[in-house]
Amino acid sequence: MTKAAEAARAAVEREDGGTLRRYYHQMLLLRRFEERVSEMYVKAKIGGYCHLNLGEEASIVGLMDALTPDDYIFTNYREHGYILARGVEPGPIMAELFGKETGVSGGRGGSMHLFDAKAHFMGGYAIVGGQVPLAVGAAYALKYQGKPGVVVAQMGDATTNIGAFYESLNLAKLWKLPILFFIVNNGYGMGTSVEHGSSEPNLYKKGGSFRIHGERIDGTNVLAVRDAVRRLRQKAEEEGEPAILDMTSFRFRGHSVIDADRYRDADAVRRGRETFDPVRKFAAILRDTGIVEDAFLKETAELVDRMVQDAIDFANNSPEPKFEDMYTHMYATPVPNTPDAQDAIRAVKINRGE
Amino acid sequence: MPIITYRQALNNTLGEELARDENVLLMGEEIGLFQGSYRITEGLLETFGPRRVVDTPIAEEGFVGLAIGAAMLGLRPVVEIMTINFVLVAIDQVVNHASKIHYMFGGQVRVPLVIRTPSGGTGQLGATHSQSFENWFAYCPGLKVVAPATPYDAKGLLRAAIRDDDPVIFIESLALYDTKGEVPDNDDYVVPIGLAEVKRPGTDVTVISYSRMTAVALQVAQRLEQEGISVEVVDLRSLRPLDRPTIIRSVKKTNRAVVIAEDWYSYGMTAEIAATIQEEAFDDLDAPVQRVAGLEVPLPYAKDLSAISKPSANSLIHAIRTVLEGKR
Repeated sequence: MTKAAEAARAAVEREDGGTLRRYYHQMLLLRRFEERVSEMYVKAKIGGYCHLNLGEEASIVGLMDALTPDDYIFTNYREHGYILARGVEPGPIMAELFGKETGVSGGRGGSMHLFDAKAHFMGGYAIVGGQVPLAVGAAYALKYQGKPGVVVAQMGDATTNIGAFYESLNLAKLWKLPILFFIVNNGYGMGTSVEHGSSEPNLYKKGGSFRIHGERIDGTNVLAVRDAVRRLRQKAEEEGEPAILDMTSFRFRGHSVIDADRYRDADAVRRGRETFDPVRKFAAILRDTGIVEDAFLKETAELVDRMVQDAIDFANNSPEPKFEDMYTHMYATPVPNTPDAQDAIRAVKINRGE
Repeated sequence: MPIITYRQALNNTLGEELARDENVLLMGEEIGLFQGSYRITEGLLETFGPRRVVDTPIAEEGFVGLAIGAAMLGLRPVVEIMTINFVLVAIDQVVNHASKIHYMFGGQVRVPLVIRTPSGGTGQLGATHSQSFENWFAYCPGLKVVAPATPYDAKGLLRAAIRDDDPVIFIESLALYDTKGEVPDNDDYVVPIGLAEVKRPGTDVTVISYSRMTAVALQVAQRLEQEGISVEVVDLRSLRPLDRPTIIRSVKKTNRAVVIAEDWYSYGMTAEIAATIQEEAFDDLDAPVQRVAGLEVPLPYAKDLSAISKPSANSLIHAIRTVLEGKR
């Protein structure tokens, strides 16, 4: 057994069994949810772009368990797992992917724009880097209002090459804001590898010019992720000390559901999946340490399958948003000379040739 | 009623809103210690301190995005962008984020943000510091865009903008900052967003304008009155939403229309207004709508070239005479 594997096993043995079983349940839920999403996409139940969290389950569950209800999360467009692990019901999440009125964003957002105000899940954003300054602003508001909590700015590895990221690092450190820059480093930004796009491929070092502490963490180890987030979260909240968390993981498939992934070596991808599958690794370690038995794994799989099937049924049975609500969320403060429900209905009739 | 400058009206309003609501804060480059590039924020740092009046580094994308995120958690940031040209550096945050967050997330979160910025150009500021981009923002559903022409409207619209729960782009003009007008004291009035105003009634021709060009239109109207030409001036005040009914009502009365704006001619503000008029008042028109706008060049520096690149009172008079040909 390698040193890392030994350490991982020791960490598991120190942990409470109930917690470990809960993590496994959540990770498997994320896995099955995404596998079924992929299936629903192929069946054309889901449109647009659709990016999956397959292979990232440990970093997501570890992150979410270390956060408190006071904390806020801003993510990129690969975010189904984050909102699930934050505790939002699978049904409304699936319904959003289906474009239904009952979806978490009322069918206005879609896969890349999930949101839940109550859960402090402040949205998936689809312009690379766009969410990072927003998250810094949320941290600014927490500090301004003297409220507890920190903000997580989740992003992919390639986001560390865009200007908004660096302006955000500067502002966060300059103004001592409670924020964690959470980089999901799966080695690829679409088809461009980290080495191909970053002159500094050690992404955790990219805060150096801003005096921001950074760490590389095994993003396939749920306990390592959780412990690192807890520790850095506390520093961020208590000392206003931002940090970069460079979470390594392996992207199981192409960039999005429709990406055939031809730019990666097929054998390497197969090996990567076997080596870095956080769910399978976690199941093996739980079984080897005697914390769970096969019966638990089987029951959990059945339970999760049922949950995801229920979410699909909920989404299927939900109504589409109404045409007359086309303009409903246009403005928070109503003003004159804006289109209304009548305008929407007129547009529908003309557009459909009625 | 006291007479104050456009600059004083803005400065007073910012101070009053800071005093009224703890969640209001000002952010921008050089707005504190430096007192503001155009002294709009003069004295506010001394009165309210660095927590409420925040000097930012030169990082428009960063601090505009930050202000949006802060607004999502309930703050009401009023951001100053030194000139509208610099908003381009932050355009992703304004167009892809501020304008969409309320709608795209099903109405769950509000973005009560104001971005104040002077548009247009005077004084040989050259190609990159003299542009007018209000149409870029007026184009974008989800934003509100206002462009006051008088100290009274500057105050009333800035109040409305700060108290509004949506992102508002507040267009100012360097050439208006020293202009004067009546503004009531101790009066908590607001000018509603989304409503134009007939600034001067007339019967022969309607001139539609906003911001600095409304000031030009009012001067021209006064001059032409002596020749017996009665000009009605419709001041848009809001570019989004656009008060089409007020424009149409006026054109149906005068049957002739001239649209004037400082931006470039093609695809500019005047095109939208002219299109609105032909759609809704075609049968009422006695002459084609005339448009007055900037020459389509990167604004040259040389004094005379620079001056003629922007519309003037004379270009407006020329357009008015053209639209009136055959009438008298």
